[in-house]
Amino acid sequence: MSDFDQELDARGLNCPLPILRAKKAINGLESGQVLRIIATDPGSVKDFEAFAKQTGNILMESAENGGEFTFLMKKG
Amino acid sequence: MSEKKLAIIATKGTLDWAYPPFILSSTAAALGYDVMIFFTFYGLQLLKKDLNLKVSPLGNPGMPMPMGMDKWFPVLGTAIPGMESMMTMMMKNTMKKKGVASIEDLRELCIEAEVKLVACQMTVDLFDMNHSDFLDGLDFVGAASFFEFAGDADITLYI
Repeated sequence: MSDFDQELDARGLNCPLPILRAKKAINGLESGQVLRIIATDPGSVKDFEAFAKQTGNILMESAENGGEFTFLMKKG
Repeated sequence: MSEKKLAIIATKGTLDWAYPPFILSSTAAALGYDVMIFFTFYGLQLLKKDLNLKVSPLGNPGMPMPMGMDKWFPVLGTAIPGMESMMTMMMKNTMKKKGVASIEDLRELCIEAEVKLVACQMTVDLFDMNHSDFLDGLDFVGAASFFEFAGDADITLYI
């Protein structure tokens, strides 16, 4: 797992909260900084891809491990 | 990225139907959309200061009931006094357990994200409602104001 600048624990949250919390966290980052998000909502896998595509942020990594999903989102 | 616009008309005032407008609006705002929700008829309940939204199993055969009740519970049973409150309480508990945001929270997130919440003045007159029952700072408008925004919206939804 690569480095990150901030972490967001979105475990136990359901749609659309992981996306909304991530958006808020990204707002506080500088361009190029990376947010690591941990979620348990299976829908978040496709949703973070869609979020990145539409907002110009870069989804660098998307991984699943024992029902937990981890994402690395770089602010565009 | 050029800003897209989403316009929604929210017409329903039950707990279940409160979700789509607020989920879609808060998400669209997070994706960079400029969003307006026009609340009309029963949708105005979603703008009250004190939300008292309920979900009813009556006339709603698609509603999953707890403990398989929908399999053996007579349809008329859904009309028993107290059923609505009970189902509302159970629904709220389930939502909390599953990490689904409350309508209060989603509405607050929409306000934070500068989603424009506008209320239909005609409905206020029709049902003798008071402006003071609603969130502060709302605009009370008519259909023409909706079209001013929705006229060049990329997506328009009627919920």
